[in-house]
Amino acid sequence: MKRDTLISANNVSVHYPINGGKLLGPKPVVRAVENVTLNITKGSFFGLVGESGSGKTTLGRAMLKAAPITNGIVNFNDGEVNYSLSNMSSKELKDYRTRSQLIFQDPYAALSPRMTVRDIIAEPLEIMKLTSSREETDRRVREIAAKCRLNLEHLRRFPHAFSGGQRQRISIARALVSEPKFVVADESVAALDVSIQADVLNLLKEIQQEMGLTFLFISHDLSVVAHICDHVAVMYFGRLVETAPTRELFNNPCHPYTKALLSAIPSLDPDAKNLAQKLEGEIPSPTNPPPGCKFQTRCPHAIDICRRDEPQLESVGVEHNVACHRWQELM
Amino acid sequence: MTRLLDVENLTLDFDTDEGRITAVDDVSFSLEAGEIMGLVGESGSGKSVTAKALMKLNASNAIYGQNTKISLNLADGPVDIMSLRTAQELQIVRGGAISMIFQEPMASFAPAITIGAQMVEQLLIHTSMSALKAQEVSIEMLNRVGISDASTRFKQYAFELSGGMRQRAMIAMALSTNPKLLIADEPTTALDVTIQAQVIDLMKDLVKDFGMGIVFITHDLGVIAQTADTVAVMYLGRVVEKGPVRQVIGNPSHPYTQGLIKALPRLDDLDSPLTPIPGDIPSPLERPNGCVFNTRCSQFLGSQCSGEIPKFTPISHDHMVACHIYQQDQKGT
Ligand SMILES: Nc1ncnc2c1ncn2[C@@H]1O[C@H](COP(=O)(O)OP(=O)(O)OP(=O)(O)O)[C@@H](O)[C@H]1O
Ligand SMILES: Nc1ncnc2c1ncn2[C@@H]1O[C@H](COP(=O)(O)OP(=O)(O)O)[C@@H](O)[C@H]1O
Ligand code: SF4
Ligand code: SF4
Ligand SMILES: [Mg+2]
Ligand SMILES: [Mg+2]
Repeated sequence: MKRDTLISANNVSVHYPINGGKLLGPKPVVRAVENVTLNITKGSFFGLVGESGSGKTTLGRAMLKAAPITNGIVNFNDGEVNYSLSNMSSKELKDYRTRSQLIFQDPYAALSPRMTVRDIIAEPLEIMKLTSSREETDRRVREIAAKCRLNLEHLRRFPHAFSGGQRQRISIARALVSEPKFVVADESVAALDVSIQADVLNLLKEIQQEMGLTFLFISHDLSVVAHICDHVAVMYFGRLVETAPTRELFNNPCHPYTKALLSAIPSLDPDAKNLAQKLEGEIPSPTNPPPGCKFQTRCPHAIDICRRDEPQLESVGVEHNVACHRWQELM
Repeated sequence: MTRLLDVENLTLDFDTDEGRITAVDDVSFSLEAGEIMGLVGESGSGKSVTAKALMKLNASNAIYGQNTKISLNLADGPVDIMSLRTAQELQIVRGGAISMIFQEPMASFAPAITIGAQMVEQLLIHTSMSALKAQEVSIEMLNRVGISDASTRFKQYAFELSGGMRQRAMIAMALSTNPKLLIADEPTTALDVTIQAQVIDLMKDLVKDFGMGIVFITHDLGVIAQTADTVAVMYLGRVVEKGPVRQVIGNPSHPYTQGLIKALPRLDDLDSPLTPIPGDIPSPLERPNGCVFNTRCSQFLGSQCSGEIPKFTPISHDHMVACHIYQQDQKGT
């Protein structure tokens, strides 16, 4: 583990058993995350992109110890504690829950309609018994609400009275009230309109700098990721296929899937049609994937070796890694 | 082209515990067969309610305005949607002539029935296909929306698919009956861009091949630019700007549309800060008088904006905007 790493995954896999298959023999599994290795530096805004079902949420949850880690090691070291997530006592796990948090995807579903905004934000403090008096709880709720630009008058209201952007600020305040070090934001702005999205993104960025947070920012919107993240990892079919500093990834994408992703971002110019590299072919079956590169079924450059050997991440440049047999030829 | 849909003066209130709220206020638009119309606007602006009104699908506390007229022109004559009452009458449009892709994919699939059984059932109700043919068509549609292993997925339940797959299965189901009008409510929001591009292509093919009309609801202006022929921008229940997509996006004229475009994160300029539209959308219980955007508008003109509802003014042929700035121009002041 590098010195300035806050959290790292080493060859992490998450497999979910599914029904079906033969009566005897191994139970079929969905390999939601397969052999993922990644380091998130302290204070980083780390983006995770990839198509739906590629395993982003599962990887994020594994790093929060909220998904079962089948293989591999997740390490968390914030300078105060050093945990290996698969190997924690229940006391350590409780402590880890205060140091890591998830911001929910859907600001409409995530907030209980019967609780006031104050109680929603205070709940993590109360559940984890992080404060010793009601006064202290109130003070911390007010502090974080102010940081999240919530009107303190509104703390007494119920969440249904709020717009999507305000609700998202409430869920952010709730996630941050325990003063975590590591925050997973799963599609936190996907349900928001661009006008509010810009506001929430600016807020996240501000708070990150103010509180020294480290973010894993899961999104399928590459233009959002480009603006807010300093590093990006691209996932495909449970694997990381490319990781790089944001600008490097956007200026010099090396994996064919990353290239296709970048070219498919819809442009505001109606005449920019057809620039998108159209991907043909199917995503392989999750229970019975082919050997070799998992992108072979859609990759326009697949050759024999791709159908035989699974490419491993290799270094392309400073902090830039790619898993493709042919990246050099395709430059 | 032939006119497929005419919406005139659509007004829709909801009776709620806290009082009556206006969700859609005097909205008019039309759609030709073979055309895609984009409907954009921030959440709560009334897009979904407008879309559901086209099938009279809103909750029982919905109250339609007296002048509301929605007319769907089918091969055997126009259908007056507002006059449909019985379940039998409504079935002509719901899932038949009109299909809808919902924002919440879970809502479209019954939890205890497999995806395939639901697709087949829908086809048996609305077409004269045999069960075997219906199964074939369903699997073929699942394939076309990019679901791998379609014959396996066919036998699964909605909860067994990831969010994006569920969304695609729903799109497949909606398209399989070959409707005349497809209403797509944020159909690609949860999808990654490569799949989104596939779904958009699929929709364009359907428009071309079958002359289907599509009302495409999204808050992604890039998707609109790449998909739609015309676009209507909604805010707090009103359409504030509408016209051909090129003109509305290339020359946004309403301060709200301008704000939306400025708020977009742009890939060609990573250093510029993101610019939100200041303030929050007011609650529908506190709808501003006059121009509904007046509480957030940077070009607010005073009593005119807070007192008078701006009328549509043409910016150029077919490109209309409802804002006092342009009404002044017209008066020559
Ligand atoms: N059954 C209902 N009862 C009361 N109010 C409703 C009902 N359905 C919708 N509304 C209200 O109507 C307004 C418009 O809602 P609608 O869902 O159409 O917005 P939208 O623009 O599609 O938003 P989003 O993008 O979030 O889906 C909102 O204020 C909403 O709260
Ligand atoms: N609890 C579960 N049981 C079975 N399969 C699951 C479960 N959760 C996720 N999966 C499967 O794991 C894969 C990755 O899912 P997910 O992490 O939700 O992807 P993403 O967030 O990128 O959409 C998908 O194939 C999904 O169907
Ligand atoms: S390894 Fe082969 S199939 Fe995979 S991305 Fe590279 S060229 Fe394509
Ligand atoms: S009418 Fe007035 S308040 Fe409304 S958008 Fe135009 S200038 Fe702004
Ligand atoms: Mg997810
Ligand atoms: Mg909606």
